[in-house]
Amino acid sequence: MSLLVTKDLVKWFGDTHAVDHVNFTVKESEVLALIGSNGAGKTTLVNLISGLFRPDGGQILFRDADVTHQSVHGRIKAGIARSFQLVNLFDQLTALDNVALTIFSREGKIANLVALAASDSAVWDEAHEILAPVRARRRRRGCWPAASRRASAKLLDVAVAYALRPKLLFLDEPTSGVSTREKAPIMDTVTSIVRSQRHLGGDHRARHGRGLQLLGPDRRDAPGDDPRATARRTRSGATRRSSTNLIGTTETR
Amino acid sequence: MSVPAPAFRPTASSARALRVAVPIAVLLALVPLVLPPYGAILLAYGLVMAIGALGFNLLLGYTGLLSFGHSAYFGVGAYAVALMVKYLKVGSMELFLVGAIVASVLVTALFGVVCVRYTTIFFGILTLALSQVLWSLAFKFFWVTGGTDGLRVPTPSLFGGLVTGAGTRSVFMSHAYYYYVLIVFGLCVALMWVIVNSPFGMALQAIRDNETRAEFVGVRIWRYRWVAFLVSGVFTGLAGALWVPLNGLTTPDIMHWTFSGEIVFMTVLGGFRSFAGPIIGRHRVQLSQDVRGRLHGLLAIAARRRAGGAGAVAAHRDRRDRRASDRAASGETLR
Repeated sequence: MSLLVTKDLVKWFGDTHAVDHVNFTVKESEVLALIGSNGAGKTTLVNLISGLFRPDGGQILFRDADVTHQSVHGRIKAGIARSFQLVNLFDQLTALDNVALTIFSREGKIANLVALAASDSAVWDEAHEILAPVRARRRRRGCWPAASRRASAKLLDVAVAYALRPKLLFLDEPTSGVSTREKAPIMDTVTSIVRSQRHLGGDHRARHGRGLQLLGPDRRDAPGDDPRATARRTRSGATRRSSTNLIGTTETR
Repeated sequence: MSVPAPAFRPTASSARALRVAVPIAVLLALVPLVLPPYGAILLAYGLVMAIGALGFNLLLGYTGLLSFGHSAYFGVGAYAVALMVKYLKVGSMELFLVGAIVASVLVTALFGVVCVRYTTIFFGILTLALSQVLWSLAFKFFWVTGGTDGLRVPTPSLFGGLVTGAGTRSVFMSHAYYYYVLIVFGLCVALMWVIVNSPFGMALQAIRDNETRAEFVGVRIWRYRWVAFLVSGVFTGLAGALWVPLNGLTTPDIMHWTFSGEIVFMTVLGGFRSFAGPIIGRHRVQLSQDVRGRLHGLLAIAARRRAGGAGAVAAHRDRRDRRASDRAASGETLR
């Protein structure tokens, strides 16, 4: 069963054909990089699949179910999550709160008006666990994302999306806006989050039942670096390569 | 893999809040024993308004929506009580509160559907417009609402008829009713504290900080805004219901947008970034109104003493100021 299929996906902005009949398939447990030059339509494609934009034509199938007209909420429930190219977080909540809120949302607990969030230790433990690999690069977790360094904010953005435990996770340029020196460490941290999740103890694995395979765009040796999915409008010979990673998470049974 | 002991977890905040709240509650409970009836009644007004401001701040401070129409929900609560007295001959405070809650749920649920689809200035203007609609209804339908004369509300019976206003009105208001207001206030503060610290409250703050991202972690924006609007309106409606017996009269004035402005003012004055801000702000407004009233009174006396050329002006000021101080003294501090 393929995880995600797009059929003749179209998005126009006036005369600009940002996404022009894109067809591609993502298989279970596949890790992909979506590459293209600036303006090729990578982010637009991600926006279409994640539900931020409505497509002007075509179809999106996720696990054989048509999600073309699903709400954002419905797609998240189905297991599609994304991070953002420009850091997009809750600035007046601490880093830990950002992740915890996401977990509350995933567990359907945010509808609860009459329970103190702080007393739900399972959620906070999990939030700590998700932030633990990021913590190596952070002194304090009670920090505010707006005050943190660019690279840390980027990582937190990824961590928030990851906390949804999605089946399909889009990282929209996770290293954009970050100095070249910091790009590789970011991707290393992201992969280390993934690895730590894989080696979790039995009971945790039983609870989530999911691992994550992920490879960064900067790793030339990575099999997932193979640009299987390429937006059609990508111009060949572009000097600067920017990338959107298509990252699939899947069950590790 | 063992999970490391959490280093940062906001569990201590509840205990800390209790350490602050308990002494304040004790002090407030001692007020009628120490202060004269005027002071206690003034404080009762302040507590009632603080409930409304607390509700208002759930929208402003936690959801990031500036409502300019909260007078409407305050008025709905007040008029629900007054109409229950007029048409149903109800005299029990508990029934008043239930009636006010039902009425404000109905109104805010309806208004909320319209308003929460917008944010910022558009939300503010919509709430303002809808509250003015209610104001003009109360104003024009005089055969139902009494028009500008308003509706009288007699002293209610408390705790299902256990306590009735047998003695003088000021004694009843400054003791039995004061404690009643204090209890409801305490319950409202506790409930609001739980709501803003619940996962739901976190979701509201997430919506305030970043609507797009909140949607992408699975928060249904409109639905949560609507619930926040509902809760906020009900708190304010409850304040209206508690206010009416204290005031003895409800007029369309409390539905007017200027009163919404007052709610905004007291919340901002106290600080909408903190939980206790609206409560403090409300009491500061109350206090400054009281002090202003007294100062005017003193000024009037001073002017009277200085007879002569300024006499005519002073006499005029005297009359005006005495009216102001009389109003403050009679406990009608709203306007």
